[in-house]
Amino acid sequence: MTELLFFLYFAVLTIVSSVLTVGLRSPVYCALALLSTLLHVAGLFVLLHAEFIAALQVIVYAGAVVVLYIFVIMLLDLKTVEKFLHKQVGIAIFFGVVLIFEILIGLFQSPLFSSAPKVIAQTEAPIGNTAEVGIALFTKYLLPFEIVGIILLGAVIGALVLAKKVPAS
Amino acid sequence: MIPLSYYITVSTVMFVIGLVGVLIRKNFLIILFSIELMLNAANINLIAFSRHHGEIDGQVISLFIITIAAAEAAVGLAIIIVLFRKKAVTNVDELNLMKW
Repeated sequence: MTELLFFLYFAVLTIVSSVLTVGLRSPVYCALALLSTLLHVAGLFVLLHAEFIAALQVIVYAGAVVVLYIFVIMLLDLKTVEKFLHKQVGIAIFFGVVLIFEILIGLFQSPLFSSAPKVIAQTEAPIGNTAEVGIALFTKYLLPFEIVGIILLGAVIGALVLAKKVPAS
Repeated sequence: MIPLSYYITVSTVMFVIGLVGVLIRKNFLIILFSIELMLNAANINLIAFSRHHGEIDGQVISLFIITIAAAEAAVGLAIIIVLFRKKAVTNVDELNLMKW
């Protein structure tokens, strides 16, 4: 019962603040709404017993990525414009709602939901969630882990090269 | 124990909100925000299924998604800064340099 109550709180706040993220006028408010969305998604991760990913979500997303976004918004000094939406907003929302129902109907017709959940193995694990993720990361997923490191290095170099001031020649 | 379908409903709604955001907003930054929303919806799905099946793999993959999202944010913001320095706009309608 308490779990369901917390789930409803996090789910409703996630959806409301994601609507605010795309609907608000000023980019700073949008960034703050995005921050709220990410924190509530971290709450959902805690409810799913993924504590390590929840901590990572707060540290990496809320702590680093959103601060970077807000920093750039401050740097650019964006003016709040009157017409901030495209003309096709009505069509986009209509087809968005249609898409939601289409995906949900397709999912609930599938045999996926008739299978019983197997949660006993994970809740009774003697080692913690972090240790479990770490073991999987360094044994089964070692190669993808290294590749992600190289991708991050590439992103750092790319961002530096792009943002470097071109000398006036 | 909350059913898997609840989480999938939340993540579907969140994904579609992100998609609609990409379609309707003019500001380049908000489009990046919407992409973050879609990536987060994918993360919720992965972790919900990882819990449903009692496996840890979904959590590891969502870790990779968080990393890729951080890289995407860095490169996207660098592109915005370069564009702003050249043209002083963030409206995607005015950025039609590669259109023919």
